[in-house]
Amino acid sequence: MRNLSARVRGAPDRLLRDVSLSVAPGEVRGLVGESGAGKSMIGKAVLGILPRAVEVLSGEILLEGTDLLRLAPADRRRRIGATCALIPQDPLTALNPSRRIGPQMTDRLIDILGWSRTKAQDRARDLLAEVQITDPDRVLRQYPHELSGGMRQRVLIAAAFAAEPKLIVADEPTTALDVTVQKEVLRLIAGMQARHGTALLFVTHDLGVVSKVCQSLTVLYGGLVVENTTLRDFFPAPAHPYARALLAATPKYTDPGSSLVPVPQAVLDGVQAQVVAADRGWRNG
Amino acid sequence: MADGRGQVRRRLGLRLWLSAGWLTLLLLAALLAPWISPKDPLAQDLFLARLPPFWMDGTEPGYWLGTDSLGRDVLSRILHGARVAMTVALVAGTLTCVIGAALGLLAGFLRGWVDMVISRLIDIWMAFPPVLFSILLIAVIGPGLGAIILAIVVIDWTRFARVVRAEAMAQGAMDYVASAQVAGRGRTGTMLVEVLPNVLPLIVVLLTLEMGIAVIVEAILSFVNLSISTDDPTWGGMIAEGRTSVHQAWWVLVFPLITLFLTVLSFSQLGEGLKDRFDPVLR
Amino acid sequence: MQLFRAVILRLLTTAVTLSGVAVIVFVVIRVVPGNPIAMMLPPGATDEDVARLTALYGLDKSIFRQFLIWAGGVLQGDFGTSITTRQPVLGLVLGRLPATLELSVMALVIATVIGGFAALTGTRLRGTRSEAAIDVANGMALSVPDFLWGLVLILLFGVLWPVFHISGRVTPSIDLPFTTNFYLIESLVRLRPDLWWDIVSHMLLPALALAIPLAAIIGQVLKQSLKETMHLDYVTLSRTKGYSETHVITREALPNAVLPALTLVGVQFTFLIGGTVIIERLFSYEGLGNMAIDAVINRDLPLIQGIVILFAVIFTGVNLIVDLAYAALNPRLRHG
Ligand SMILES: Nc1ncnc2c1ncn2[C@@H]1O[C@H](COP(=O)(O)OP(=O)(O)O)[C@@H](O)[C@H]1O
Ligand SMILES: [Mg+2]
Repeated sequence: MRNLSARVRGAPDRLLRDVSLSVAPGEVRGLVGESGAGKSMIGKAVLGILPRAVEVLSGEILLEGTDLLRLAPADRRRRIGATCALIPQDPLTALNPSRRIGPQMTDRLIDILGWSRTKAQDRARDLLAEVQITDPDRVLRQYPHELSGGMRQRVLIAAAFAAEPKLIVADEPTTALDVTVQKEVLRLIAGMQARHGTALLFVTHDLGVVSKVCQSLTVLYGGLVVENTTLRDFFPAPAHPYARALLAATPKYTDPGSSLVPVPQAVLDGVQAQVVAADRGWRNG
Repeated sequence: MADGRGQVRRRLGLRLWLSAGWLTLLLLAALLAPWISPKDPLAQDLFLARLPPFWMDGTEPGYWLGTDSLGRDVLSRILHGARVAMTVALVAGTLTCVIGAALGLLAGFLRGWVDMVISRLIDIWMAFPPVLFSILLIAVIGPGLGAIILAIVVIDWTRFARVVRAEAMAQGAMDYVASAQVAGRGRTGTMLVEVLPNVLPLIVVLLTLEMGIAVIVEAILSFVNLSISTDDPTWGGMIAEGRTSVHQAWWVLVFPLITLFLTVLSFSQLGEGLKDRFDPVLR
Repeated sequence: MQLFRAVILRLLTTAVTLSGVAVIVFVVIRVVPGNPIAMMLPPGATDEDVARLTALYGLDKSIFRQFLIWAGGVLQGDFGTSITTRQPVLGLVLGRLPATLELSVMALVIATVIGGFAALTGTRLRGTRSEAAIDVANGMALSVPDFLWGLVLILLFGVLWPVFHISGRVTPSIDLPFTTNFYLIESLVRLRPDLWWDIVSHMLLPALALAIPLAAIIGQVLKQSLKETMHLDYVTLSRTKGYSETHVITREALPNAVLPALTLVGVQFTFLIGGTVIIERLFSYEGLGNMAIDAVINRDLPLIQGIVILFAVIFTGVNLIVDLAYAALNPRLRHG
């Protein structure tokens, strides 16, 4: 993704300010920032599901060299369907309550990728087994309400990998879960990603999570990328003061009892000034 | 976005004013009918039967909207018909509203056996085909303005009772009613002072809708020839007559129909408009 | 066990409602002034004749006794004898029922198609002028009752552009070779397109008049329900799979949006059936409603009772069916 800017139609300010980031094949990139920073917006832009009210002003979204924004809507839709997938945030609302699990996992394979029904079903069964669901055949016949929250999240993860996508966007996939389940699901996603070698854009506000699953990360503030780096460079010493403060504000996963340090006001003022400067450049340019 | 929203609001306002304007016009027509009618609405003249409206050939001066098969002036009959329509709308609408809302309020707020009885009654009423019920009632009570009003009240009180009961129950469950009771007001006092003002906007909206319904019911009863005496001009009676001669003199059907259509539409648009005005209260 | 109790409770309240209806009609119509017996006898009949007939119809007993006798008969399937035609009420009423049922169901189908189409189109085109236009048309259709739509349709398609029939159920000169009164269905079963079209062209306008307000309600409720559903995550997820907006609306959102709309539409369908009374009158359609109005005008007490009870049974039956359909369509309840 290069220099992507977007705003709410008719609004004076941009939601995304020249965002550039890339995810290499096999790479897990964390996308962090406070709530409202525009993390989900980036994920939605990639998947072509931006809200109606939001328009893309400039920039490009390159998927294997093709700019998605240049494709005709129907082509873009199919291209994204065939090569990208979403692991949604809330497993309770992300499965259609009136359809069985099986068709919800296989519909894309059959309708978009043109697989045969049996092939798609075998694939769904294998994947359910891979996410450690003990009785895949039964689950495929069940309705979402018959499964627990953790089970549904597994189903969604399996479904995301079903079409062997090039890129998966995971939008805070653990936020809605119990703390006990969270770790397990995280391990599951990481494991699946490693086995399948999929590029993964991992949206979260939790640096602790990033440190566990990602190789690189992008820090976002107010729709502006303040840091784009690898995990190895980031954790000892983030380059940007805001990222440093954010790291300090994150409870250590090794030491949950340690006290939280809020992001200092001076740092916030500094990054806000940077946003304003970026906007000035945009207006004049 | 903001602009579009503003436009919608303005259009709603326009609809509100158009409806109110038409209804005011009708009210004036009803009040002044004897003085502004160009002809006597009852005067028959078989030599002037089925005259077409003014823009067509073969008309007589003064008969703007033509005459029916007995040679009576259509415009004058519509104007006089407005008297019955408006009376029924205002009186029957208000009475239905007061009685229905009172019963709904009682059921929703007092609960217990009162609610049991009223709810059962509502169930029973819902199992009646309303038009048949009203025709039956008129057959029993006999024709006449009072009978029509009574029939409307008897049939339609459930419209108010149902909605007001549900709303009173919802409001009664809220904190402020409990706190009012703690503050030492009696049950009846609480009901009147705390709950009534909150369901009032809803009641007003239902009332305007009911007025439109009352006009229709009167027209339906006139149509099946069970309304007030056959001489008095009513829109429903005119429509019934126009229906039989629609192939020879369409205007006898069309003009009262347009009047009735606009009136019913106006009442309901008025209700809708008021609902939008009360929006913050109704959510 | 819980289900069993719910069913019993439901049947009990239904029984109470139906008895209530019976009692009310019974009492109301016996206050009718004018002696129906005197009306059916030729002029010059003696008081003795009147008394004999009155006794024959049981009208000389107290209201309470009459009710017990009538209720006893009803429980054995005997709804009494019509005063005007002197035929069993049950037979008369069941003879007309098919006409009204066909009309109501046809209206329901039309309303569902139009309303569903309006809701789906409105959702598909949300945020555009077309959506606003659909909303305005919906509001109009909703504000004006079936009776007026019937008159408008008579003017438009009966007079101005006479393509459909505006009175009767079938062209009188046609000799129907049917054994049942389900004309529409039987004409299909017997593969008689000529008869079928004649019947349809008689039914279409009254059915449309009944359907317009219901279509508006379906359109409104379903669209609102769709709007809420379209925000849910599984709809978004389906979009990322590569499906078109139309597919997303009809396959993912619609099945879940139908359910909340269903209960309301059920109640509205009973209103539609109630509307057949005046619409049948307006279009001189030989159904139950038309018969009911004649019965009232002729003071045919047993017939009125029978028809009102039948309507009440239909209404409560429709509500029951809707509740069952709701349970059957809801996977949560199905596998509870
Ligand atoms: N449908 C929408 N229309 C207009 N603005 C939106 C919409 N959805 C989100 N926004 C705005 O976009 C910004 C970024 O939101 P989001 O990407 O969801 O943040 P987060 O980083 O928490 O995921 C927020 O400021 C929010 O107000
Ligand atoms: Mg988010």
